[in-house]
Amino acid sequence: MSGLSISGLHAGHGRTGILDGIDLAVPNGALACVLGPSGCGKSTLLRVIAGFHPAKSGRIMLGDRVLDDGRLRLPAERRRVGYVPQDGALFPHLSVAGNIGFGLSRGGRRDRVAELVELVGLTGLEKRYPHQLSGGQQQRVALARALAPQPELLLLDEPFAALDAALRTEVRAEVAAMLRRAGTTAILVTHDHEEALTFADVIAVMRDGRIAQTGTPDALYHRPADAGVARFLGEANLLAAEIENGSARTAFGELPLTNAAHEARNAMVMVRPRQVRLAASAYPGTVKARVAHCHFRGHDYRVEIVTAQGDDLPGRLIAYIDTAPPQIGDTVHVAIHGQAHHCP
Amino acid sequence: MRNPLPALGPAPLSRCRAVGVLPLLAFAVVAVLALPLVFVGMQAAQAGWAEAGRLFSRPLVGTLVWHTVELTAAVTSACVVIGFGAAYLLERTDLPGRRWWMVLLALPLAVPEFVRGYSWVSLFPAVHGYWGAVLVMTCSLYPLVFLPVAATLRGRHTAAEEVSRSLGHGPWFTMWRVTLPLCRPALTGGALLVSLYLLGEYGAFAMLRYTTFATAIYTEFQLGFDAASASLLALVLVGLALLLLGLDAATGRRGRIAVTGRAGNGSRLARLGRWRIAALAGLIGVVGISLGVPCYALGYWLIKGSSTTLPSASVFGATLTTLGYAFAAALVSTVAAVPVALYAWRRDTRLARAAERAAYVTRALPGIAVALSVVFFAIRYAQPLYQQPPLLVAGYVILYFPLALTAIRGALAQVPPGVEEVARSLGTRPTAVLLRVTLPLIRPGLGAALAMVALTASTELTATLLLRPTGTDTLATRFWAYTSGLAYGAAAPYAALMTAMSVPSVLLLTRRTLGADHRVETS
Repeated sequence: MSGLSISGLHAGHGRTGILDGIDLAVPNGALACVLGPSGCGKSTLLRVIAGFHPAKSGRIMLGDRVLDDGRLRLPAERRRVGYVPQDGALFPHLSVAGNIGFGLSRGGRRDRVAELVELVGLTGLEKRYPHQLSGGQQQRVALARALAPQPELLLLDEPFAALDAALRTEVRAEVAAMLRRAGTTAILVTHDHEEALTFADVIAVMRDGRIAQTGTPDALYHRPADAGVARFLGEANLLAAEIENGSARTAFGELPLTNAAHEARNAMVMVRPRQVRLAASAYPGTVKARVAHCHFRGHDYRVEIVTAQGDDLPGRLIAYIDTAPPQIGDTVHVAIHGQAHHCP
Repeated sequence: MRNPLPALGPAPLSRCRAVGVLPLLAFAVVAVLALPLVFVGMQAAQAGWAEAGRLFSRPLVGTLVWHTVELTAAVTSACVVIGFGAAYLLERTDLPGRRWWMVLLALPLAVPEFVRGYSWVSLFPAVHGYWGAVLVMTCSLYPLVFLPVAATLRGRHTAAEEVSRSLGHGPWFTMWRVTLPLCRPALTGGALLVSLYLLGEYGAFAMLRYTTFATAIYTEFQLGFDAASASLLALVLVGLALLLLGLDAATGRRGRIAVTGRAGNGSRLARLGRWRIAALAGLIGVVGISLGVPCYALGYWLIKGSSTTLPSASVFGATLTTLGYAFAAALVSTVAAVPVALYAWRRDTRLARAAERAAYVTRALPGIAVALSVVFFAIRYAQPLYQQPPLLVAGYVILYFPLALTAIRGALAQVPPGVEEVARSLGTRPTAVLLRVTLPLIRPGLGAALAMVALTASTELTATLLLRPTGTDTLATRFWAYTSGLAYGAAAPYAALMTAMSVPSVLLLTRRTLGADHRVETS
């Protein structure tokens, strides 16, 4: 079993700790995503894995090789770990071909460069210099350059942040496809949950120098470990609930739970905005509420609703609905569909 | 931030090498450069407090401090005004013929200060003293402000200025509140260079009969050969230089300026309109005084002096000697500056900054003190080297190292962040990264460093007088011998040669400084 495994990793600048016991495993060939707010240490994590920053303690293994265990440290150039920084950092004095071929030995360099130029779709631009390329093209060269020596692991540090929104989605999909085609294990760092959800096989949510939760995008989105993770992956509604016999009793009636939970009187459950339904008339399990905000987002409407004040009422709820927006100030009847998730 | 901090615990061999060699080299270079300071300190300590008290109670010291301060203030202000004004006119207004102005405004750098002094004194005997010194030094030194400011303006997109205009501000307000602050790092850097030059200049002041610390120290050494009191005076000068460096540090940390991909767009915001005549007249005045006068004087004395026999053989010999020493010094300085610049660039730590600053301090020492410190060191520790060529080269290197460092630091600032790390992650060893990525990227800076040191060293006078091997004559020492005897005609060919030799270097420097952002496109 190869792939990357990190255990108990600590690192920092001087006495300031940045990484505070990271545990992370990325299976071979997977596209992983480290998601976290800025300043949580995710870039430092990448730099430690790449070998640009020393670990204080803990262990990083790639396959059966030790990259860093706090004492023994493999130099960056011997790790076989590719790195694509945010702005690409192309070598300005080298052409596209020169950049891509930088990490290759002389023998077979030409063929491999041609292969990669084709892979990233830049045929015909081999002789161009970085400043003659668009942002998206530069990013693709940076990727091809990192892939050229066939690294065992590729690290991408917010590589799409510098691109404009339309291009970002496109390049992201292309890159994900390319990496899957190449079969490379990769870790992408980002603070954009949409990017993480669409790009990755595995997401690790990072918070204050630790990994808060690791899992598939689906698992993280629907079964987050706590309210913080839930909110970080997208908007979430938290409801007060009483847990009994494996289901949650809320103001919206009895909701089945996604996870096993102990009986508890003052618990919190989470439902996503898509599970909130609005009806014009009341029926059992609905709660009366008022529409506070509503805006059209192209594919759906985002509606903010306010319920009356009460012990077990949430106060404010967010719903994503597809049809017929209610007017602001209208009274609606709110129901919850599907399973709720218990947040410890 | 960009590079790993030194490991705290035991580290494997490969890591030790990656971290250890560069700081070691950098500190070794700085230590060698600091020898003059150590010498000055030792000499002063020998003199003792009583001697110091006696010396500082002399009215001479007060006069010297006042002279130095009033001269530095006047010349630096004048250089800042001329340098910024000219750069603004060329880079931000619709002034015609800016290519030519660029060259003409940079060329005064090619005229050594003492040659400039000679051209004024030989033509107008009335030019001397304070105002003479202000005039001559301003003409010589304003390009040190002009060039970096022009480079900054050219490299900067005009977006900020355009926004200011769109917010309803006029061109004057925009210049004052937007353009000027953008240029502040370049302005303070240039002003610092100008002030440090002034502290160390000897030849021009001697010719203009204006007493500063440098001339006083020379007199103390030369006439009385009183090393102790001269060292005390030099210490005061070192103090003044440290004060300047401290001021520079306090006015804003000169960190790495983020170089985005957007170079200047060359748009000219301010229309001169009826100010055009005034602007042109101003530039013509600056060029006429700083370039026209020396050219006229040299031409005048060359023609007049050709009636006497021209010692052509000695001119040729002195030129070869000068070139040899200048290029040797340029090579050594550039090679030595690379580790210091790299260390300070890669590691933005207090230690690295201190090392870099220490390297600049030597520039503030007058040539005479540096030269004598080298003599002292050689007599004490390397007797066989005394009055040998390596000693003169060492003197030049210690004097002009900061020029090489500035040039290389400037080039490193243009290197996109992260390229070294990316190269490492592609399996390249640190030394190979240096050879394949970093050095090729700073090649223009290395060229500029070589040119700057060679140019300056080939016209050096004070240290050369003291350090040259017996019987060796450079252009500067020949020139000095003739002018001291008031043989202006005989001195003219040497002055003209020194000036002419400097022209290519100045042109090169101008192109390097201003053309950096167009480099890739033309290649």
